Amino acid sequence: MKDPFVLAGKEYQSRLIVGTGKYKDFAETRRAIEASGAEIVTVAVRRVNITDPGKENLLDYIDPKVYTILPNTAGCYTADEAVRTCRLARAAGIGNLVKLEVIGDERTLFPDIPATLEAAKTLVKEGFIVLPYIQDDPISCKKLEEIGCAAVMPLAAPIGSGLGIRNPYNLRIILEQSRVPVIVDAGVGTASDAAAALEMGCDAVLMNTAIAGAKDPILMAEAMRLGVEAGRKAFLAGRIAKKLYATASSPLEGLLSA
Amino acid sequence: MLVVLNGEERSCREGWTLADLVAELGLAGRRIAVEINRDIIPRDKYTSYRLQPGDEIEVVHFVGGG
Repeated sequence: MKDPFVLAGKEYQSRLIVGTGKYKDFAETRRAIEASGAEIVTVAVRRVNITDPGKENLLDYIDPKVYTILPNTAGCYTADEAVRTCRLARAAGIGNLVKLEVIGDERTLFPDIPATLEAAKTLVKEGFIVLPYIQDDPISCKKLEEIGCAAVMPLAAPIGSGLGIRNPYNLRIILEQSRVPVIVDAGVGTASDAAAALEMGCDAVLMNTAIAGAKDPILMAEAMRLGVEAGRKAFLAGRIAKKLYATASSPLEGLLSA
Repeated sequence: MLVVLNGEERSCREGWTLADLVAELGLAGRRIAVEINRDIIPRDKYTSYRLQPGDEIEVVHFVGGG
C-alpha cells in the first residue's frame, strides 16, 4: 500500500521522526535509528569543543545523504537565538529544514508562543522550511500555518515526560482545521501513544526520549516503528463506532434449540 | 594576536585567514558553520576572511538532540 508522508513537497515512507539525543554513543544512535525506520532525524546545533575539535561527529554515523537532517533550536529562549541557530544550521550545508522551538520555561519546556510566532515569521521570510514545536493549542497552530510553516508540531505532553497524549480533543480540533501536516512532537512514552497519535489522524510523530531512554533503545525503536505503522493503518481502515452494549459476532441462526 | 574562539581567548598568527584557523583545528571539510562578530561566514569565504584582533568567532556543528 502506497501511503507516503509528504512534507514540504518531499515524500517519505516513514511517519516516525526521531531525535539523536541521550544515547550511550553514536553506534547506539545509529542502530536505534535504523530499527526505527525513520528517514528524518533531528539534531542540535552546538559549539565545537575546541580542546578536542577533531573527534568523531554525529554525522559520521548518520549520513546526511541517506537521512533528512532536521536541526532544532533546542535550548533557545528568545526568537533571536532561535533564528541565529537556524542560520548557522543552514550555513553548515544540510538544507533549509528546521525544527523551531523557542522555550518559555525551564521546568516544563513549554514553548514561548509569541516568540515562536515571531521567529517563524522571520525564518519563513528567509526561505527556511519551518516545523514549529508548539503547544497543543489550535489558535497557535492556525497562526503558524498562516505564517507559512510547512507543518505544525503540537506537543502531546511535556518534552521527555512520557505522559502520552494529554489533550486528544485539542489535537482533534487541530487535525480538523490544519491544511499542513500535523506532527505530534514530544511527550510520547511508549508504542501505544505513538499508535494513538496516528490513529487519530496525525500525519507523523516525533520522539527522542521515549526511545533513547528505554531500557533497550533498539527494541523500543522497533516497537515505535510498528506502533506508528499500526496506528496509521487503523486510521486509514476506519475504526468501528463505540457502543455501550454488545453486538454478537456469531450468527444467531442455526443455534441449537433447548 | 588574540581572538575569542567559542567564548575563550586564543592566540592566532598575524595574517591568518579563517581557513587557516579551521585547518589548524582539524575541521577542514567538516560540516561546521562559522560566525564572526555575529555574521555568518559562508564556506566559500573562509580563505578570503582575514582574522582581526578581537574577532569573536563561533564554530558550531551538529550534536545529538531531539
